[in-house]
Amino acid sequence: MIKIIGTGRKLPTRAVPNDELAAMVDTSDDWIVSRTGIKNRYVCTEENLTDLAESAARIAIKNARISMQDIEMIICPTIAGDFSFPSLACCVAERLGVKCPAFDINAACSGFIYGMEIAEAFISKYKNILIVGADMMSRLVDWNDRATCVLFGDGAGACVVTKGNALKYIRSNSAPDAKMLYAKSRAGNSPFSKDGTSGFTAMNGQDVYKFAVLSVAEEIKTALAELKLTASDINHFLLHQANSRIIDGVRTRLKQPPEKFPVNIDKYANTTAATIPILLDEMLEEGKINSGDTLMLVGFGAGMTTGTCVMVWE
Amino acid sequence: MIEQLTKVLRAYKSDDTLQISETTTFTELGLDSLDTVQLLMELEDEFGVTIEVSNAMTDIGALMAVIEAAKK
Repeated sequence: MIKIIGTGRKLPTRAVPNDELAAMVDTSDDWIVSRTGIKNRYVCTEENLTDLAESAARIAIKNARISMQDIEMIICPTIAGDFSFPSLACCVAERLGVKCPAFDINAACSGFIYGMEIAEAFISKYKNILIVGADMMSRLVDWNDRATCVLFGDGAGACVVTKGNALKYIRSNSAPDAKMLYAKSRAGNSPFSKDGTSGFTAMNGQDVYKFAVLSVAEEIKTALAELKLTASDINHFLLHQANSRIIDGVRTRLKQPPEKFPVNIDKYANTTAATIPILLDEMLEEGKINSGDTLMLVGFGAGMTTGTCVMVWE
Repeated sequence: MIEQLTKVLRAYKSDDTLQISETTTFTELGLDSLDTVQLLMELEDEFGVTIEVSNAMTDIGALMAVIEAAKK
């Protein structure tokens, strides 16, 4: 089993508050806040995704009190790195000066939990595994589409895991539906392909909302049943920060108080694979997580995927 | 069915005096698109049916028709 021994996060420097978007597309601060809980997001200008991922990784490694050379595997959950290839993980490894297995995984917003499950599977062979959830949705959304451009931000969140007894449960899952939430890959110029279209992020918001609330509540109940716990036994539910109303919908179904469902989507918007490690790092920094606390981390996103894990913090 | 709908809506809106009719629109009830989905999920629990989110409904009458169809 594994435990997390260090976390880190990095956001771009450029903040974009709702009012700035309201000047670009037909929306308003009130509309965005009431439907999503988002007040601000950060977007890359001079930075690229490798820069963010590297910075988050360096902080996590420093907080883990290990040296760079102690990292034996790098996993980057991401929708799209700076290159189609090489992987973002290899770009990060190069920056860190580390030679080890390094690869990306794409489970969209559930990616961090998928990465944790992969780390769990590999931990008997690789002593310290770096997981960096990082995404740059600012280049995957249509900035003329008010329905999607307001929802996302760029960011990276990292953690170092090693052998330990913190992890009590982990489950990655999917309910495949490729049309609910997607962004089509970049088209090439193949003279042989009949499908030469690219596309920005598209979604059916109502279907995504329903999937998220129902599947996350169900995955939480499955985890609790497996562990013979109740929702009251969980100190902190760290849900993927996609929409504060999804979090409220799940919380209401579980009949739990708001303070057990931390939210930072107001500051960062949806940073996809990075939201959970960013939130975890922020809570640790603020002293909100104590040794012995039981945490449930739940990701959900395109695929449609879910990932759920329970840890007793060490 | 209108009684059950009233019960669910009163709970959702935390308003014990809320009155609805078949012509009451979601807009009049102050329900935005995500409220509508949330309400549909609660009605699914209440009526034991599955309701497609993509149904273009704007008022209580249309909602009742969809629930009736889902029951069959």
